[in-house]
Amino acid sequence: MSNIIPGYRRPDRLSQPPYDSAGYGSTRLRHPQQPPLRLPHTRTETSAPRFSPQRYAPRTDLTVQADGSAAMGERIIVGGRVLDEDARPVRNAMVEIWQANAAGRYNHPGDDHDAPLDPNFQGMGRVFTDQDGCYRFVTIRPGAYPWRNHKNAWRPNHIHYSVFGDGFAQRMITQMYFPGDPLLALDPIFHAIPDEAARNRLVATFDLELTRPEWALGYRFDLVLRGREATPMEDHH
Amino acid sequence: MPTPTPEAAPAQGLVASAHQTAGPYWHLVDFPEWADTTRHFGDRLPPGERIVLTGRITDGAGAAVADAMVEIWHADPMGEYPDPNGPEKEFQGYGRCATQADGSFRFVTLKPGPSPLDGEARANLRQAPHVALAVFARGLLTHLCTRLYFEGEPLNETDPVLNTVPPERRGTLIARPTGPGTWTLDLRLQGEGETVWMEI
Repeated sequence: MSNIIPGYRRPDRLSQPPYDSAGYGSTRLRHPQQPPLRLPHTRTETSAPRFSPQRYAPRTDLTVQADGSAAMGERIIVGGRVLDEDARPVRNAMVEIWQANAAGRYNHPGDDHDAPLDPNFQGMGRVFTDQDGCYRFVTIRPGAYPWRNHKNAWRPNHIHYSVFGDGFAQRMITQMYFPGDPLLALDPIFHAIPDEAARNRLVATFDLELTRPEWALGYRFDLVLRGREATPMEDHH
Repeated sequence: MPTPTPEAAPAQGLVASAHQTAGPYWHLVDFPEWADTTRHFGDRLPPGERIVLTGRITDGAGAAVADAMVEIWHADPMGEYPDPNGPEKEFQGYGRCATQADGSFRFVTLKPGPSPLDGEARANLRQAPHVALAVFARGLLTHLCTRLYFEGEPLNETDPVLNTVPPERRGTLIARPTGPGTWTLDLRLQGEGETVWMEI
């Protein structure tokens, strides 16, 4: 009897950014020059850490401090689903988010952008997907900020996402962008993704269903993690 | 260039979302205690051998990579990984660590045992004790993955992954003892002595 856990499908090349991307200066000394070794998926890659809300406290509203003080800026609701490539929900997945404040400044000692910090906004959140793979959090729409990659370089508004799936091979960190942002057309990080459709899947959509009347606009952002190989490799020896 | 609204995803045949760099400000999700996977044991003695994993990350110019997020993932001392349907165990071999100004990282964890290759069908095939490493940083549009092995492990001779690495580069994956219970493996992103990075 066979009980081999199947590995994960290999990424679609054009839908993922390369390590060496000429327009993004920081890749120059950080991209490997040797081709990567393609690994067969073992239990190390098909298993993953488990995170429970009991041990990893959720933080689903980034706009309000414990004492009730409110962050500055445009409050927004962001929600969506985490699925795999077979459209199966990824349940109980831990999703971490971090972002700049409304003025485009990170609450981080390394950020020297001349824009105000907001004492009521740390810019860190943590949510878990439910049985349908759905997640939702409330935050402030992040501002754009300069980043010195090239002349007059500004990052488009974005929220960083860190996601854990059911296998360490599904581990992903990405960024969510906003529809209609004029800076997207100029951004080398966004444009490092060769395929236009793949780029656009990182752009959230305005969602009236998620929008709460008299309170905040809603944006929908779905994420897709790698799917399992259809058939595991059988060993008949 | 306009930014069209993404098309509604088809019910089948989705494509995995694109990775993007963690950037220089990922420390908003840095929790230094996560670098110690044994933290839940407090003063109690955890099962197995407590070890320290250290190393330095350098770039193609030999400069320290001081803004990286390093994650580890490995089996427990018995070589077991968590059962996704079983109860949550006290120990799991997951850690996260920020590199320091000199590019160094440091984890405290339990030394993993030999782990199964895959499922029960080939349960007799064991991997040498190893730790999966993932490096996220500014300038890495997708994280880099590799493995850390332990010098002197007899199973290194037969490990199915280690033995696909050309012998002259195998050393980039093998941590050496540098003190009592301390194992060190430096990582090189690019150039001479480049770490064998793995597509997992």
